[in-house]
Amino acid sequence: MASPAGTSPADSPTPARASIAPRTLRTDRWWLQPLLTTLGLATFVVYATVRSFMRTDYWAAEHHYLTPFYSPCLSDSCVAGSSHFGTPIGELPGFIPLAFLSLPFLLGFRLTCYYYRKAYYRSIWMAPPACAVGEPHERYTGETRLPLILQNVHRYFFYVALVITLINTYDAILAFGGENGFGIGLGNVVLLLNVVLLWCYTLSCHSCRHVTGGRLKHFSRNPVRYRIWTQVSKLNTRHMEFAWLTLGTLVLTDLYVWLVSSGAIADLRFIN
Amino acid sequence: MTEVERHNYDVVVIGAGGAGLRAVIEARQRGLSVAVVCKSLFGKAHTVMAEGGCAASMGNANSHDNWQVHFRDTMRGGKFLNNWRMAELHAKEAPDRVWELETYGALFDRTADGRISQRNFGGHTYPRLAHVGDRTGLELIRTMQQKIVSLQQEDHRRYGDYEAKLKVFAECTVTELVKEDGRVAGAFGYWRESGRFVLFETPAVVLATGGIGKSFKVTSNSWEYTGDGHALALRAGAGLINMEFVQFHPTGMVWPPSVKGILVTEGVRGDGGVLKNAEGERFMFRYIPDVFKGQYADSEEEADRWYTDQEGNRRTPDLLPRDEVARAINTEVKEGRGSPHGGMFLDIASRLPTEEIRKRLPSMYHQFRELADVDITAEPMEVGPTCHYVMGGIEVDPDTAASTVPGLFAAGECSGGMHGSNRLGGNSLSDLLVFGRRAGLGAAEYVESLDARPSVSEADVTAGATHALAPFDGPDDGGGEENPYTLHTELQQTMNELVGIIRKADEIEKAIDRLAEIRGRIRRVTVEGNRQYNPGWHLAVDLRNMLLVSECVARAALRRTESRGGHTRDDFPQLDAQWRNRLLVCAAADDQPVPAVDVEVKEQPPMRRDLLELFELSELEKYYTEDELAGHPERTA
Amino acid sequence: MAYPAKLRVWRGDATSGELQDFEVEANEGEVVLDLIHRLQATQTPDLAVRWNCKAGKCGSCSAEVNGRPRLLCMTRMSIFDEDEIITVTPMRTFPVIRDLVPDVSYNYEKAREIPSFTPPEGLEPGEYRMQQVDVERSQEFRKCIECFLCQDTCHVIRDHEENKEAFAGPRYLMRVAELEMHPLDVADRVDAVQDAQGLGYCNITKCCTEVCPESIHITDNALIPMKERVADRRYDPIVWLGNKIFKRNGA
Repeated sequence: MASPAGTSPADSPTPARASIAPRTLRTDRWWLQPLLTTLGLATFVVYATVRSFMRTDYWAAEHHYLTPFYSPCLSDSCVAGSSHFGTPIGELPGFIPLAFLSLPFLLGFRLTCYYYRKAYYRSIWMAPPACAVGEPHERYTGETRLPLILQNVHRYFFYVALVITLINTYDAILAFGGENGFGIGLGNVVLLLNVVLLWCYTLSCHSCRHVTGGRLKHFSRNPVRYRIWTQVSKLNTRHMEFAWLTLGTLVLTDLYVWLVSSGAIADLRFIN
Repeated sequence: MTEVERHNYDVVVIGAGGAGLRAVIEARQRGLSVAVVCKSLFGKAHTVMAEGGCAASMGNANSHDNWQVHFRDTMRGGKFLNNWRMAELHAKEAPDRVWELETYGALFDRTADGRISQRNFGGHTYPRLAHVGDRTGLELIRTMQQKIVSLQQEDHRRYGDYEAKLKVFAECTVTELVKEDGRVAGAFGYWRESGRFVLFETPAVVLATGGIGKSFKVTSNSWEYTGDGHALALRAGAGLINMEFVQFHPTGMVWPPSVKGILVTEGVRGDGGVLKNAEGERFMFRYIPDVFKGQYADSEEEADRWYTDQEGNRRTPDLLPRDEVARAINTEVKEGRGSPHGGMFLDIASRLPTEEIRKRLPSMYHQFRELADVDITAEPMEVGPTCHYVMGGIEVDPDTAASTVPGLFAAGECSGGMHGSNRLGGNSLSDLLVFGRRAGLGAAEYVESLDARPSVSEADVTAGATHALAPFDGPDDGGGEENPYTLHTELQQTMNELVGIIRKADEIEKAIDRLAEIRGRIRRVTVEGNRQYNPGWHLAVDLRNMLLVSECVARAALRRTESRGGHTRDDFPQLDAQWRNRLLVCAAADDQPVPAVDVEVKEQPPMRRDLLELFELSELEKYYTEDELAGHPERTA
Repeated sequence: MAYPAKLRVWRGDATSGELQDFEVEANEGEVVLDLIHRLQATQTPDLAVRWNCKAGKCGSCSAEVNGRPRLLCMTRMSIFDEDEIITVTPMRTFPVIRDLVPDVSYNYEKAREIPSFTPPEGLEPGEYRMQQVDVERSQEFRKCIECFLCQDTCHVIRDHEENKEAFAGPRYLMRVAELEMHPLDVADRVDAVQDAQGLGYCNITKCCTEVCPESIHITDNALIPMKERVADRRYDPIVWLGNKIFKRNGA
């Protein structure tokens, strides 16, 4: 090819970068963000794994609180009342979580989420650990080949996540009717808050933004989809916040149900 | 023999701003091989700084608009000193040039029915400026840059080489035009990066180098604006006209000191912003000059109504032509009603909702927040005049953009005549497009008409190299050395203080003396280091050009004993009809490398009758002498 | 008020170079570029730095300040402590020419590899009709001042020189997005953006968005939408099937 646009011809010294030895000259605490991310994600993973296999205290029978970590509960191993959609499946061995139908998809949804990808690529994989900080890897191919090319299936996890969020919503609504009929307690508020934030997280997904309107070339010819896209876009700018908030509310919800169900605390009742 | 890299092109365009790029596109589309040479990286030209918009009477916002109205506005703005043929071509062709940009991929803001939206601007009767928020210049540059890339892609498909017929020579400075038998034969310069010399053998050169603002201390112009094209043309034997007319934009930033002069777009006022003095008074109502009486609102109520109802009301005097507003601000500050940092207040915060301001003026919002810690949606901006544009430039033929030197063409800010004594906002971007294209066309036709190509003599190349390298040698008499940065600062101070917005004979004379002294010292400028990317050397080379244009400005300013547009004489405060059709031509007086300059008076041909008839006699009477109007139909009837 | 600022500037060329310490006067309201200019005018007349408009509009004075990619003209001195050492280095991702000036030709080469705007055939100048809502997405990307800070910060090429051939960088992936979202463009660049521009290399770590002086949402509004469009074409059997059956042509 001819000499590059905009520069003098090639008989200058061999092109080389400026010789600057340190991997970064950043003077701020650039390592703090990836550290906090790693700690945050690890805490959730440990908690969620432990709880998913515990098989106890996931259903507060008196107030019909079901933790999202066990929803939907479809097997004969589920405690009475926790199966809102029946028990079409028989007994499950202990190494399979009771919510085996939803958990892999939820995990997949978050693993392939554009925000979480950023978060773990930076903090765990360190590619890069922070902006303008050299990464430790010799080679880098990004998402061009297996397995990371599979990140492109994110939209299917999104579709499933929509269904699961519907189920969680159904669980939260059912929880307004306990053994003593209609009532509202702190548990309802926690379940509801969790569900609202789950909706925010799910709908603010980049794939959602694309399928609702992003893929259109002419918004003006699709005013309804444009309106939806506009709303999703507004949520989308806060996708990261929702990603972390929902991790928090999932743990909080589960913990609350656990504590109430095990009798460690009593549910704070507002009505009935 | 000097070691020189050689290139052969049909047309060489110097300058990659709007005019240069448009010339390149035209010449390439005519089938010629074209080089474009620019001092900065490709796509960084000063055109990106243009904010408000590009004037073209498309009539999208107001269907009453047409080229005749635009022509009248332009002539009025320039106080009837404009080259009327240029103003005519400009008004007629601007819409086509804007529409053409859309075919290159430009995305202007739209009207509700999907056409190009147009905004109000100073001196324009109707909303006329095609715009993209407040970054219209960037859109123009990027669009044409991308068009050039697409032309290169076509060449790649045909010849297997992107640069087969069109090449960008970025960060390359042209220091000499080489002639043979009075015709252009080539251009000589150096790569800024390596300092190595380069020679373009070409029968046609289009100058599109922009302005001269770096000769002034407070300016909205970037370092590139050192009057290179002006100086090259002058040294090649062409004349510079109207050099006394320098536009001071009324609204530049005044604080902090390091950004003093950076532009605040006129779009702020077009969208509702108003000027206030320290007492909170909207003072512009006191500064409507006689020639514009009756065309501007005389009460705040009417002015405010005008933004929504332009048929029933007259426009706000905040939108008077730039020269009027700049002078008014100058006077207010002088009389002690200035803001804390010596400017006026420009208030949009109290006039529009926050969201609207951020949407319409995003880069102004950004600029003030980042550079001055001012939130323009909450507090007023402080603004003051800043050197912005030179109306003067190379004298060219309106239709072909040819200068008096065969093979030398000029377009854009470095050409003269189009804007008369004062340019209207928005007319610069349209000027670039209209005359950039005409220059490309003119150069192409000239090249096609040649039987034989002129050649470059070895002696000229050697002389060019010697001249360029002189700053490394230091004074030949062993006397004291001069620092280019110090001299530049002195030159800027001289021009700013003595040939600035308000001028007096004794001050201009003093400036001429100081410039003569600087001229002597420039010979002693010495630079350190080697030729590789050496900014001290680059400045030393550019300094000679700044000196030449400054001398033209000062000498022409002394000669013109009246006030008109961008030339205000404290000692001759009135418009003088005797001066209206007299142009001052600045030309080289000898053939030294930095020639002495002379200023001569030249009469402008009278306006074609059909154009003259577009104006009412009562208006012409304000500008023309009795004799000139004797033949006007309203008189003879 | 005025104080002596501590500047540490990289000086050198492609063969060698080092950080050098200087003390330069700093005044109220100044930016790093002002200090570099003062350094030029008073101590190092041949210090090379690229700059132009000094108002954050041209994108010439890109460099790294304390290791972070920034425009020198938009980096105010007030963000640093008076006794802090301010390190100024050239953009690391590109070959250096001298001092703070890098060779950015990589970017211009990548620009030429993207198929240009292609209007519908037979549409004459002056007949273009577009709605504001349809141009706004591309307009955001056209705010780009080509400072190349996003290219500089992108680890795909910053840390892996060998990826330069296959990867166009955020600025040019965004250019593809701009053309793809242009309401009157009829060309198709979806396959090319994956194969020729290397969109798959992007792992959306958002550093490009973080450094953008024009605050363009490069990742959210350009790169991810392009990844989704590629997914439509290549990795989504249902969309593929739907297109086959209904012959949708992108609304």
